[in-house]
Amino acid sequence: MEKQYSQNNFEQCTKCTVCTVYCPVAAVNPLYAGPKQAGPDSERLRMKGAEYYDQNLSLCLNCKRCEVACPSDVRIGDIIQSARIKYSTKKPGLREFTLANTDLVGSVATLVSPVVNATLGLKPVRHIVEGVMNIDHRRIFPKYAFGTFEGRMKKRRKEQAAFSKQVAYFHGCYVNYNNPPLGEAFVKVLNALGYGVQLLDKEKCCGVALISNGFVNQAKKQAQVNLKSIREAQNKGLKVVATSSTCTFTLRDEYKHLLEIENDDVRDNIDLAVRFIYNLLTDGDVKLNFNPDAPRIKVAYHSACHMERMGWTCYSIELLKLIPSVELVCLESQCCGIAGTYGFKKENYETSQAIGDKLFKAIEESGCDYVSTDCETCKWQIEMSTTKKVLHPIEILANSLS
Amino acid sequence: MINEYDVIIIGGGATGAGVARDCALRGIKALLIERHDIATGATGRNHGLLHSGARYAVNDRESAEECIRENMILRRVASHCVEDTGGIFISLPEDGLDFQKKFIDSCHAAGISAEAIDPKEALIIEPSANPKLIGAVKVPDGSVDPFRLTAANILDAKLHGAHVLTYHRVDELVQQSGRVVGVKVTDTVSGEKKEFRATITVNACGIWGRDIAAQAGVKINMLPAKGSLLVFGHRVNNVVINRCRKPADADILVPGDSITVIGTTSTKVPFDECDNMYVTRDEVDLLLREGSMLCPALNHTRILRAYAGVRPLVASDDDPSGRSVSRGIVLLDHATRDGVEGFITITGGKLMTYRLMAEWTTDLICKKLGIDKPCQTAEKMLPGSSESKSCKRTAGGGSQWSCSASSATWRHGDNASKIDSSTAAKRALVCECEQVTVGEVEYAVKELGVNNLIDLRRRTRMGMGTCQGSLCAARAASVMAKAHGCTVEGAKSDLKRFVSERWKGMSAVAWGDTLREGELLCWLYDGVCDLSNDKITE
Repeated sequence: MEKQYSQNNFEQCTKCTVCTVYCPVAAVNPLYAGPKQAGPDSERLRMKGAEYYDQNLSLCLNCKRCEVACPSDVRIGDIIQSARIKYSTKKPGLREFTLANTDLVGSVATLVSPVVNATLGLKPVRHIVEGVMNIDHRRIFPKYAFGTFEGRMKKRRKEQAAFSKQVAYFHGCYVNYNNPPLGEAFVKVLNALGYGVQLLDKEKCCGVALISNGFVNQAKKQAQVNLKSIREAQNKGLKVVATSSTCTFTLRDEYKHLLEIENDDVRDNIDLAVRFIYNLLTDGDVKLNFNPDAPRIKVAYHSACHMERMGWTCYSIELLKLIPSVELVCLESQCCGIAGTYGFKKENYETSQAIGDKLFKAIEESGCDYVSTDCETCKWQIEMSTTKKVLHPIEILANSLS
Repeated sequence: MINEYDVIIIGGGATGAGVARDCALRGIKALLIERHDIATGATGRNHGLLHSGARYAVNDRESAEECIRENMILRRVASHCVEDTGGIFISLPEDGLDFQKKFIDSCHAAGISAEAIDPKEALIIEPSANPKLIGAVKVPDGSVDPFRLTAANILDAKLHGAHVLTYHRVDELVQQSGRVVGVKVTDTVSGEKKEFRATITVNACGIWGRDIAAQAGVKINMLPAKGSLLVFGHRVNNVVINRCRKPADADILVPGDSITVIGTTSTKVPFDECDNMYVTRDEVDLLLREGSMLCPALNHTRILRAYAGVRPLVASDDDPSGRSVSRGIVLLDHATRDGVEGFITITGGKLMTYRLMAEWTTDLICKKLGIDKPCQTAEKMLPGSSESKSCKRTAGGGSQWSCSASSATWRHGDNASKIDSSTAAKRALVCECEQVTVGEVEYAVKELGVNNLIDLRRRTRMGMGTCQGSLCAARAASVMAKAHGCTVEGAKSDLKRFVSERWKGMSAVAWGDTLREGELLCWLYDGVCDLSNDKITE
């Protein structure tokens, strides 16, 4: 059924409180009043004056699990994030700047990644980072790649152009700066399906980290650049496909709801890799040849929060089920606690780990060989907090092909 | 309790409370008797508009002048009950601008500042106003919370020695040789009968004053005029929006605390309906139709509830037909008018002029008692209002408990400091919509004369938010039961009365989200809380 949103969306709330029951933060941190109160309840009061803004709204992870739980279609997470944008008087500092500017930091780090990775791996350095930046020393940074994914794809432009069918790939910062092999796995799968992969004319970070760290104007600028490129791709008849669930969610929903940038014209043309591939396979025109000798692996699938919000978890699960060498375990859907840059901040570290605790235990008990998820920050959190390695469904799919 | 007083005041509306306070401040021994709770009649059933007087300027200069004078006084002495929202009178294309000039001239003549502003500026001041407006006039309207205002008067009256008895019904005026010398009353909670004596008895019962006067054999020709209003779920406007035309139905939209109110209608009703006011479907339609002319957003805003009050209009004594109706203050000394000594009626008027009505009444009382003390109510701050309004803006300071701290300061002014917030248990919320804490409920029960959940709502706004009591009523009942030490059965019947009263207001507008809310309310209390043997929705 089509979701119904009224003009005063917060008034659709009947105060049933199921959102607060599902809030991962409220469950572990008593400082946070929970989504009902932070969202629709207080939104009414904030209309009386800015003094009704509670700084603890910054404890919200923006996981949107409240919105998934809500039976009244209240966009609770959006109400909370919008209030932060409108009322927060906290100025973002050096830490926020560094965490949010994934493009800038990434392009510098990838030039000298061996040095950066080695340095950030040192305990004394992490203590200094904690002292200077308030980034928790226990937090392990994702490794940077040597050279970007974009650089690698430049060399393959001709090869990819040879395919009759094409898609545009929104790779996101993580694939570009940290994990180009995921991008390459995506290209491998798409090529096997008969599609060539091209990049957007210009791709900026989707802006999710900018929004959550208080750089809304910069996020708006980057959104405009991305939407321009996406429109150009759409005009060329290309679907825009992303491997990252959070990038996809940001491009499709957060641009309009939080940045108030119109994207209705391109929203349906932005797709998530697993969904795009699953639909191609089930439409019956194409087939994948799986390697009969691929080693059998047990995979535990973790549903990232933004996957849940999009309602697209089923595509990853069904796609993984199609792989003959994979034995799939579905983990109970719950937040891992990191929420992008949230878990990096010193003051959130304990909350972040407490939220993920049940998930980490479930992963260890599952007896899986790998964990799989569509979200890169869930990967960092799970790899840091469990003994398991995390792979994107597309990587597992690519590895299983002949 | 001592049964001898100088003055007995019957009626716990704003006027009665004002008279009790004025008397107490002048050292007169006063007893106030109210058959329900304070502010249950017309006092609590209006817009809550702090009139600038502009509405009356063209037709009733005297009322307009009274309003602007009282407006300025209340801003000073009742600052925690008043919000300086400002007001605009908008002209729509169908109204034309002819009335506007006459309106501005009349305002100026009555001493009301009225400044014509550009339609564009009006929309900047109040973005929710109808964008089709062709003209606007800025006036010093505001909003006033009648429950807080009455409670503050009662509080101060008690502080200065007055006695207050709520839930006491007057059965009989005691008369001796042509003189009213006291009252016989029944405590409606315990059933106990009591008698009180006083030199003077004041009838401040609004529309019900006719019946009280009749007990002394005095006839007052009153005309009950029902006014219906709708409450919207949140503050749609921040500035009072009026229509710049001859006063008509549903042409005032007032922001009050966390909600907005549209009203009113005006219909003559028979006396036997005054105790059971209801809002008809036609009235709801009319309020919405006319209201959306002021503010189109009302068409898609959730309506919380509907309510109605009865204006105590009084026909002039020299006009037995009752056609010539005064909206001004009516102070009747029944000694001179009817030959009944020791009996005064104060009626007519409006919430805005309650203080002036009390002043006139107390002046007359003083004259009769031979007391020479001046009225102080125009200068002396009400309890809660003694600090400057700015404390509202800084309370809480955006910290963890900022919402409940700011809300409590908004409601109780500087008295909010008496609310215990020392532990997490005291800071726990009873009412989430309006941010009422356990500490605030306990304060209200202890200091503000709360007998039941409905009284608690009038003192704290508990249950006045979007859920209309769905979630808070049971919690409040638990805190109240502890404070009052009442039985499970007592708490349950209190809860049932409260929930039924909430549903009564919702039922007139029960569609869409309000109906969904009502369903949840029934589900929780009818099903989960086992109030099911007696239907909540009846």
